[in-house]
Amino acid sequence: MTLASLSAAWPEMLLALAAMALLMVGVFRQDGPGTARLVSWLAVATLVVVGVLAIFVMPEEGRKLLFANMFVADVYTTFVKVLVLGAAAVGIILSIGYNEREQIARFEYPVLILVATLGMMVMISANDLISLYVGLELQSLALYVVAAFRRDSIKSSEAGLKYFVLGALASGMLLYGASMVYGFTGSTNFSQLVTVFGQTGAASVGVIVGIVFLIVGLAFKVSAVPFHMWTPDVYEGAPTPVTAFFAAAPKLAAMALFVSVMVGPFGKLIGQWQQIIVLISILSMALGAFAAIQQTNIKRLLAYSSIGHVGYALIGLAAGTKDGITGILVYMAIYIVMTLGAFAVVLCMQRDGRMVEDIKDLSGLSRTRPGMALMMAIFMFSMAGIPPLAGFFAKIYVFMAAVEAELYTLAILGVLTSVVGAFYYLRIVKVMYFDEATESFDANTGRELSVIHVAAGLFTLLFFLFPSALTQLADQAVQSLMGG
Amino acid sequence: MIVQALAFYVFAIVAVISGIMVVTSRNPVHSVLFLILAFFNAAGLFVLMGAEFLAMILVIVYVGAVAVLFLFVVMMLDINFVRMREGFIRYMPVGALIGLVLLVELIAVATGLVPIGGVKGPVAESIAAQSGVTNTEMLGRLIYTKYIYLFQLAGMVLFVAMIGAIVLTLRQREGVKKQDIAKQIARRREDGVELKKVTPGEGA
Repeated sequence: MTLASLSAAWPEMLLALAAMALLMVGVFRQDGPGTARLVSWLAVATLVVVGVLAIFVMPEEGRKLLFANMFVADVYTTFVKVLVLGAAAVGIILSIGYNEREQIARFEYPVLILVATLGMMVMISANDLISLYVGLELQSLALYVVAAFRRDSIKSSEAGLKYFVLGALASGMLLYGASMVYGFTGSTNFSQLVTVFGQTGAASVGVIVGIVFLIVGLAFKVSAVPFHMWTPDVYEGAPTPVTAFFAAAPKLAAMALFVSVMVGPFGKLIGQWQQIIVLISILSMALGAFAAIQQTNIKRLLAYSSIGHVGYALIGLAAGTKDGITGILVYMAIYIVMTLGAFAVVLCMQRDGRMVEDIKDLSGLSRTRPGMALMMAIFMFSMAGIPPLAGFFAKIYVFMAAVEAELYTLAILGVLTSVVGAFYYLRIVKVMYFDEATESFDANTGRELSVIHVAAGLFTLLFFLFPSALTQLADQAVQSLMGG
Repeated sequence: MIVQALAFYVFAIVAVISGIMVVTSRNPVHSVLFLILAFFNAAGLFVLMGAEFLAMILVIVYVGAVAVLFLFVVMMLDINFVRMREGFIRYMPVGALIGLVLLVELIAVATGLVPIGGVKGPVAESIAAQSGVTNTEMLGRLIYTKYIYLFQLAGMVLFVAMIGAIVLTLRQREGVKKQDIAKQIARRREDGVELKKVTPGEGA
């Protein structure tokens, strides 16, 4: 086993080494915001380099298996990894100014984000139940710590603790499911599970129970109803840039893992798990639409909105077809851009150097900060799924897949809940454009935030000009995942 | 063979007695010390069964870390152990019941009432006899070749745990005087000593 033969895993290795090196940089430099800033930008540079490397070492065709078949690299994993790395880089950039203002700027933050991203890459590349679990745990542990990063605030500590306890419960469920699958099939390896289920076609009750528990664990990580309870509290309590990061990168990674587990080893058993996915998809869409209506806190609102979006993305998985999976990838790619953009706007919501998080604080934004209000309006219209913005295309791909798979009820419920959901997205637009103006927000919120929300806004606005660029990439990715 | 049997009985008897002492001794520090003794004897039993890796892990992890942690907790926290012993009689029936169930299960297995599928004779012995390597070596071979990926990732998990513990708990306390050896060595006579001219009859 030489280093060259491990080329498909170079991105992971580089990221692990860089995380340790950056920790050393932080430890040996003088304490202070300067160090945090330096390490943060170095971490962003690392993520970019790792992303480029991932594209560079991507196997041209087929799937490359490494480490006793526990690690897989193909176009699908590379596609998701690059998106995750990008979301993580944006997440770090969003945090720099905020952490300095809130006096929690410490160099460990970008290091923890790097390690969490490593965990996500391991999850995405998992080809074995054990590497799946280790990757998930590596990611989750780092996320528990960053959720409680503002340790002097009760809310942040509560968010971290709540996330930790419930996350441990979900991990337990997932492990139980994995042990059942192992016990009834004799293997934890995805490649072998495929052959096992390919031969028999049917599965014993034990395997079904195992798969159900695996789904419970994974549904918790993507925060699908009824395993979503932690989401609003953690999103509200955690520092805002951490929330932005949570809403984007880990969600995408967990969704990609969910997809690769379901259509990979258990693909033949779609008749067994399809109804579960349909149910949690409907519940997520409904809760995301109805529970968000009463929210007054913008972070809680975005939390419920993210639950709803997970429901829509799961429609594609419920369909289980190639078009459905392509739909999920496109949906999640567009979703993370919209979410990161919306959070960049939320991060600009400060008065006299203090964060404000109420929706009514946005009132009259169109007069005080017209540019920001326009961007927020674009994100809200897009999340509501109004054409010709990107969010409309995201929704139409998964709905089309559901219709083609003859899941008409699911598609109709999806359309209905997105109409309900449009109410609270449009309410924010109404507050910004038609309510009495209050005090203006601080102007000096940093150039990074403006660049990010303008870039995300332009992507959302102009996506309809070049939708095929993204869909073709997603198509190739799904081709390599599902073969043929 | 007789030495082995003798060693077994010594380890087993000491383990049982120290186990009883753990729950009965009045001083909690003594309890923890007896617990350590019990761990050592259990490790001895593992060695007799040919599971030397488990024996080492038991000593390193349980004696080296867990028991010492217990000792710290017992000595540093002010816990009223007399209060904790209250209600012993009340909880006695439940404890006795659980003990009884365990005893019945042990007897069922030991007398062959319940067949244990597949495993015949000491497992460790058969593996060692088949391959001619000790189980420590076998574990090492597997962990550093087939499972190297998971082993390294487990290392990363510990790395996160270390960073997390420091991030969430370490506080730079103000006003604490720390020893700075470089500063002490760099100190010169001129910095510390000041000569004052004292006029006679007036004082300093």
